[in-house]
Amino acid sequence: MMTELPIISLAIWVPILAGILVLFTGDDRRACLARWLALAGSIAGFLATLPLYTGFDFANGGFQFQERLSWIPAFNIHYHLGVDGISVPLILLTSFMTMVVVVAGWEVIEKRVAQYMASFLIMSGLMIGVFSALDTILYYVFWEAMLIPMFLVIGIWGGPNRVYATIKFFLYTLLGSLLMLVAFIYLYHQTDSFSLTDYYQLPLALPVQILIFFAFFMAFAVKIPMWPVHTWLPDAHVEAPTGGSVVLAAIMLKLGAYSFLRFAMPIAPDASHYLAGFMITLSLISIVYIAFVALAQRDMKKLIAYSSISHMGFVTLGMFIFNPLGLEGAIVQMISHGFISAAMFLCVGVLYDRVHSREISAYGGVVNTMPTFAAFAVLFAMANAGLPGTSGFVGEFLVILGSMQVNFWYAFLAALTLIFGAAYTLWMVKRVFFGEVANAHVAELKDINKREFLILGVLAVLVLGFGLYPAPITEMTNATVTQLLSHMAHSKLPAGF
Amino acid sequence: MTMQTIYLLIPTLPLMAAAIVGLFGRQLPRASAHWLTILGVAASFVLSAYVFKHVLDGHVFNGSVYTWLISGGTTFEVGFLIDKLSATMMVVVTFVSLMVHIYTIGYMEEDPGYSRFFSYISLFTFSMLMLVMSNNFMQLFFGWEAVGLVSYLLIGFWYKRPTAIYANLKAFLVNRVGDFGFLLGIGMVLFFLGSLDYAAVFSVAPQMAGNTVQVIPGVDWSLMTVICILLFIGAMGKSAQVPLHVWLPDSMEGPTPISALIHAATMVTAGIFMVARMSPLYELSTTALSFVLIIGAITALFMGFLGIIQNDIKRVVAYSTLSQLGYMTVALGASAYSVAMFHLMTHAFFKALLFLAAGSVIMAMHHDQDIRNMGGLRKYMPITWITSLIGSLALIGTPLFSGFYSKDSIIEAVKFSDIAGSGFAYFAVLTGVFVTAFYSFRMYFLVFHGKERWMEAAHHDAAHDDAHGHDEHHGLAPHEKPHEQKWVVTLPLVLLAIPSVVIGYIAIEPMLFGDFFKGVIHVDQAAHPAMSVLASHFHGAAAMALHGLQTWPFWLALSGVALSWFFYMKRPDIPAAIKQRFDLIYRILDNKYGFDSFNDKFFAAGSRWLGNRLWQIGDVKLIDGAVVNGTARLIGRLSGIIRQLQSGLIYHYAFAMIIGAFLLLTFFMKV
Repeated sequence: MMTELPIISLAIWVPILAGILVLFTGDDRRACLARWLALAGSIAGFLATLPLYTGFDFANGGFQFQERLSWIPAFNIHYHLGVDGISVPLILLTSFMTMVVVVAGWEVIEKRVAQYMASFLIMSGLMIGVFSALDTILYYVFWEAMLIPMFLVIGIWGGPNRVYATIKFFLYTLLGSLLMLVAFIYLYHQTDSFSLTDYYQLPLALPVQILIFFAFFMAFAVKIPMWPVHTWLPDAHVEAPTGGSVVLAAIMLKLGAYSFLRFAMPIAPDASHYLAGFMITLSLISIVYIAFVALAQRDMKKLIAYSSISHMGFVTLGMFIFNPLGLEGAIVQMISHGFISAAMFLCVGVLYDRVHSREISAYGGVVNTMPTFAAFAVLFAMANAGLPGTSGFVGEFLVILGSMQVNFWYAFLAALTLIFGAAYTLWMVKRVFFGEVANAHVAELKDINKREFLILGVLAVLVLGFGLYPAPITEMTNATVTQLLSHMAHSKLPAGF
Repeated sequence: MTMQTIYLLIPTLPLMAAAIVGLFGRQLPRASAHWLTILGVAASFVLSAYVFKHVLDGHVFNGSVYTWLISGGTTFEVGFLIDKLSATMMVVVTFVSLMVHIYTIGYMEEDPGYSRFFSYISLFTFSMLMLVMSNNFMQLFFGWEAVGLVSYLLIGFWYKRPTAIYANLKAFLVNRVGDFGFLLGIGMVLFFLGSLDYAAVFSVAPQMAGNTVQVIPGVDWSLMTVICILLFIGAMGKSAQVPLHVWLPDSMEGPTPISALIHAATMVTAGIFMVARMSPLYELSTTALSFVLIIGAITALFMGFLGIIQNDIKRVVAYSTLSQLGYMTVALGASAYSVAMFHLMTHAFFKALLFLAAGSVIMAMHHDQDIRNMGGLRKYMPITWITSLIGSLALIGTPLFSGFYSKDSIIEAVKFSDIAGSGFAYFAVLTGVFVTAFYSFRMYFLVFHGKERWMEAAHHDAAHDDAHGHDEHHGLAPHEKPHEQKWVVTLPLVLLAIPSVVIGYIAIEPMLFGDFFKGVIHVDQAAHPAMSVLASHFHGAAAMALHGLQTWPFWLALSGVALSWFFYMKRPDIPAAIKQRFDLIYRILDNKYGFDSFNDKFFAAGSRWLGNRLWQIGDVKLIDGAVVNGTARLIGRLSGIIRQLQSGLIYHYAFAMIIGAFLLLTFFMKV
């Protein structure tokens, strides 16, 4: 075993080391070097994650590529990593999006380029750490650490109201995380271990499970974010630079949903079943209520942020109906939303870089001056509205089919997104892109350049590709989902209950 | 080349053409846009015809192309079902599409979006073919929404016009309301019937006929009724049935070729096709059939009325389409699926013809679409005139014309149907015959006969359709005369006029009473005997035409034509007087029964209002204001109080220390 390469460690540390290297380029006089180094680092980081796919055993639902070293023996803490069919797609998404973000910030970011690029590279490694840590303390370290670069990205390169946004973001997420730490410490006292796999086997009484579930809930629901702990997200998005929004929407939101699957559900399966109605209710509120709120937005980034919350509602809905369609739909939705929300934020970024406004009313008739860009925007808007043939359809379709098997009205409410998702997205498209040229700013717009075309083009290919052929994602997740659901089906209540 | 390859090529050739033209249209020479796409769709048509021949020989194909996804034991596949139903649709779709492609060369000649337009209509052809060729619900839904997408893109083709981009958003959203029901129906099919594959679903369905489902806890509904009605809601959106019809008249904002292709001949018939395809399910629920029948009857009659008062040439044809879609739906409700398909086919030809002819007139009038400004055009555009006349005669059901066979069969089928609502439906379709004849020939007379009103209109720049902005020059210049169009425009008219005349005579016997649809369309003869009664009354196409002369529909149509001639050619003062006299009725019709204003005020404005309230009150005031910032304020206030303790005065601290020490001592002493 020791002769094999530590594949997951490479995936984590290559981007982090690359990020540190980029920091050494110093100030903006060597910005160009910093950019190229960051690009090389992000590509290396992406390549480092590929073996996770090529070497993956699709039939195995358990953890693969495990690495386990003793870290703090006094508390039985290990440097323990491993991935399964749920984490690998998310890790690939992370390393891929890091490349996108580096290219997207290429000439847009002019001050403190090295620090900007390094933040994203380091964040990428830390997030991959979150997706692969099997020791809860290790996980917690990654979980908290990744907040720091994001905090910096918003705080330094953000908009005018960034201080309020960062503090709100930080406090919201920190408050939740602390309760999660308490839960880990409790579990440590029960098992003398911080190992996740030990917790999976630990019988727990229902009241204890419920408390643990809520501790996790506070941490993860904020991150997803679920209604009603979602209000930090629109503020954070509005103030974040484009790259920050992309990572926030594409990956950070997924951390919360992933963690439900990794921690809350398998550690407290009985509580998960017991509280399923509660979770489903919150998910449905997220889907429907937030869709209405999105309809009322006047700021494009806020609108997309609310749309993200609504789409993430499908993820949590899919998870808590406990059937394969729902669960796999949730995972596909996470991946797909990664591409689509990233693309949508990049599109807003393209406009913002040129006009310096995110207000819908500042635009109109953009298609006249930016036809290529408008074509991309309409495609991504359609994907956001869940059009079949785009990846946006797959997850929602599966989750709606899955929820129909539980309760007609779950499916009914979830399917309302078909109408309202299209309404808020296409209404925005209409106001921004169609019509006569609205003002002098729009008249002066230059269509996207090659760099922007490249990013949007790659994302468009992925959105269409996974829409027409989503099987590669579910092939990875099938075995793990089956295993997770069978684990969830067994009560963990101690004998006698 | 194996048959499978051919099946695959039929939809992918137009797709490839669309992709090439769409992606590289600006780099390629202008003419390549039409050559590439016409080549694609022409090949697709030829292959479809070949497949049709092959299917007639009894070869049915049902197989998958690739596995889309597997999840939880359910396999989602992309696959084809090639039988007589899909083969018929494939031929109709590719033929009309080919005609429209050719016509577009003339119609869009000067449009800056030339290649974009060809790319879209080829993409549409692909989507529509995927829809009709599907062998499962998932792909059906894909095609269903994909045609909706292209419709959205094409209605908003002239994206500068506020009315166009209003209409396309409206069309998409109203369709999504239908799709919402459709998707729920698909969800129920998968859950209760265990598959999304047509063949598997149809074989399981009869055993589930007696099952009930509790959508509302405690209330038992028939499973099949719920499924069929949910699926039909999808059809109501796509095939523009009341009350989801509101998008279709507005869709006329799109260029005329697509009005012919998408909003008359093919896409809007997708709902009809779908229900015919699902006949094994619908036959299990008489309640659902009644629902279908009544919705169809309402659409057929009440949308026809609206055709009477329209002055925009395209809108007259649009309302006539709505009404004819209602006829098809009525046929479905009467379990006469084959008749619905038959009418779908004849209608595709003569309605595409009427739309393209209207387009030809519009071009001749320099984009003035108001029929009040036309008149006497028959002298100047003979081909358009004759083909329009043929189309109109087919539409109103003149014996021997295609529309006669299909429409008369519908009326007869409803007559023999005995399910709930059939009495009303019979009345509606019969009255509809008169109405159809009236508005069709009102338009015909006003456009092609009578005074040449464009002579005056050109001078005082008469009322143009408001919908079309001031950005373009409309109408003929003074002393300018309308003229016939180029061959690319007239050829499709002629080629569509031929089937508009003969297809009914040829096809009625095999399609309706032969075994053409045997094994494809399923009718429960015992429960819904209309079709078998109809068959017993049928003695050949010629006899039917002869018999047609003695029936109600013929005389109703004739009187409709006569009345419109009298009103609009002889005594134009009478309709004006009627309009004055029955002002209330006129205003109801003019407001289209108030559907639009209700939707605008209730659904559109209501949603925006609710969204604003939820945002301002729910998010901003309650969650952020009270809870989040409230917590911050609370902590701030608490720390404000606690801060008082840190006064910095040494005697305060000393005092606190003494008290503390005293308390601690007391505590420990006690123990």
